[in-house]
Amino acid sequence: MKDVPREDMLTHGHGACPGCGYAATAKNIAKMLGPNTVVYVPASCLVVFGALYPYSAWKVPYLYTAFENTGAVTTGIKAALRRRHIDATVVGMAGDGGTFDIGLQALSGAAERNEDVIYVCLDNEAYMNTGIQRSSATPFGAWTTTTPVGLEVKGNRRFKKDIARIVADHDVPYVATLSVAHFTDFVRKVQKAKEIEGFRFLHCLTPCIPGWRIEPSKGVSIDRLAVDTGMWTLYEIENGVPRVTYKPKTMTPVTEYLKLQGRFKHMNEADVRTLQAWLCEKWKAHYGEEAPSPPCALPPKEEVLGHDGDTLYGI
Amino acid sequence: MAVKAITGDQAVAYGAMLARAEVVPGFPITPQTVIIEQITEFINDGLMDADFIAAESEHSVMSVAIGASAGGVRTFTATSSQGLALMYEMLFAAAPTRLPVVMAVANRSLGAASGIWVEHNDSLPVRESGWLQVYVEDNQEALDMTIQAFRIAEDRRVMLPMMVCLDGFILSHVVEGVDIPEQAVVDRFLPKFAPLNNLDPRDPIMMNPVTPPEFATELRYQQDRAVQAARTVIAEADEEFAALTGRRYGGLFENYRMDDAEYALIGLGTWAGLAREVVDQLRSEAKKAGLIKLRYMRPFPGQELRQATLNLRALGTFDRSAAFNGYGPVFTEARSALYGSGIVITDHVAGIGGRDITLEMVRDMYDIVERSGQGEKVRDCTWHGLRGETE
Repeated sequence: MKDVPREDMLTHGHGACPGCGYAATAKNIAKMLGPNTVVYVPASCLVVFGALYPYSAWKVPYLYTAFENTGAVTTGIKAALRRRHIDATVVGMAGDGGTFDIGLQALSGAAERNEDVIYVCLDNEAYMNTGIQRSSATPFGAWTTTTPVGLEVKGNRRFKKDIARIVADHDVPYVATLSVAHFTDFVRKVQKAKEIEGFRFLHCLTPCIPGWRIEPSKGVSIDRLAVDTGMWTLYEIENGVPRVTYKPKTMTPVTEYLKLQGRFKHMNEADVRTLQAWLCEKWKAHYGEEAPSPPCALPPKEEVLGHDGDTLYGI
Repeated sequence: MAVKAITGDQAVAYGAMLARAEVVPGFPITPQTVIIEQITEFINDGLMDADFIAAESEHSVMSVAIGASAGGVRTFTATSSQGLALMYEMLFAAAPTRLPVVMAVANRSLGAASGIWVEHNDSLPVRESGWLQVYVEDNQEALDMTIQAFRIAEDRRVMLPMMVCLDGFILSHVVEGVDIPEQAVVDRFLPKFAPLNNLDPRDPIMMNPVTPPEFATELRYQQDRAVQAARTVIAEADEEFAALTGRRYGGLFENYRMDDAEYALIGLGTWAGLAREVVDQLRSEAKKAGLIKLRYMRPFPGQELRQATLNLRALGTFDRSAAFNGYGPVFTEARSALYGSGIVITDHVAGIGGRDITLEMVRDMYDIVERSGQGEKVRDCTWHGLRGETE
């Protein structure tokens, strides 16, 4: 931790919500990359809260143009700096929509060409900037404004896309998953990414206070629960070699994660069971062994997660 | 100086090499492809010191170009038709960010009635993207304007991206003798790129942040002023280029036998070659016909066109594109520029989807314009070579 620089590159004065996990993650990554960095931000929360003409919270050069082109614009910036013999880190910081969905093509292009840039995906699991619409990063069951809790269909019906695996399949030098709740691991991975040459992909789970319907003080604890329940896994893949960087001693039932978040409040027993079963499979595939009981040995009891009669919940 | 027999696409590639473009993102699309093929050959043969980036789409091509230009190096690319359409969003980012990217557009019809042949309905619809646009008549002009485009785009009074448009196949794939200027001559004409703003950690700036309504109007106004300022810069570049190479293009447009002309046509691209021929025929018949070879759509020569047409009774516009309001884009622009002049203006659509334009068609255009000038009632807009109309 003593290796973390003191000087911020994304400084105070930005316009993110109190408790924003997206801002905390971007700020800490920028801090570790340091002043010799150029940052590209596509359409996302960060493009709105980080700089609004004539103000900017960035102390490093900053460019924005569009939504779907982080892989391409960072490619161009790096090519220019290389030709000018400026040895600086070029980083793109995109959201989950800008990475999983609309930016996937440019991401794949940059990864395949092994461009010498760091691609950070700040994943808050929906299009939060436009007001909480579903993306392919949205977890099963979650309420969003485009996966509303209806009388017949309640929340998102698809499971989260495994973007890190897709990027890793491009045979890039470095892919890592990060959580601000595991800060030592977080710092080490950013530092490692900074040192490596070629395409580096940092996938960060970033709690969203209004989008996840959570208490502003709970972001980090929820991020920790995401890892403990298997909703998020911490690992890195360096030159094709995967390594688990943190494994919870026991698996916490997913209900512990769900019940703190308004976006899952409506989930019924069947949906919780479906999600738990999916997590148990994922756990097994990821850690190479059966998830420890009890969550996977016993079907979860029906938890009272919500529908307390508030017709406006989740709105 | 060396004259080489090359295609229009190759001529553009020579232009980009001589201009010392440093980053060239590309994606293949007919009929532009030969440009990027030729550039990669130059690079791999060690003749051109540049990075070619094989992007995975034209949207990414323009995004890479924006990143590279914002990063402070001279950037070139090329596209056509659907590729230009896919770039549409990014065209509107490059211009207000004031990035002097130069892009060749080998014109090709866009969209359904799908074809690979020339039409101007790819580049004309983006004339409101903030890019400067020049249209060329032959391969020599394609090479020369690729070089000049950098000079114009990078001028501090302008700082805007620029398209060099050449008719697909008619130029892109046809071999002509082209004088390749000496590198030293080009270097004298085109100084090393000195970006106004760029992304450099030693001097951090923000480029294109989200801009609230309090500032957006001024930003657009500055953009508009810069396009207008390009008029002067284009004229200067034309003069200086002529002094170095002996080739003068006339700036925003070129007048052909206009001095005592009573009627004339104005239009873009290779069509001008045919029109020249027809004007010569008409002149030999003692008819006072002239030609205005329109070169720039942005900036559009409004005031200049009024001056050049003072003695005209009638003007015809040639459009290789429809605007679906009954007229083509050149007509719409020209009539707006000549509003209140009293000149009778008619539109002439031809060559759609790459159909050959014949001398007879152009002769018909001139006949209609001549008759309109004599007070005869003619159609406002005639589609030449049209089959099957029963009216």
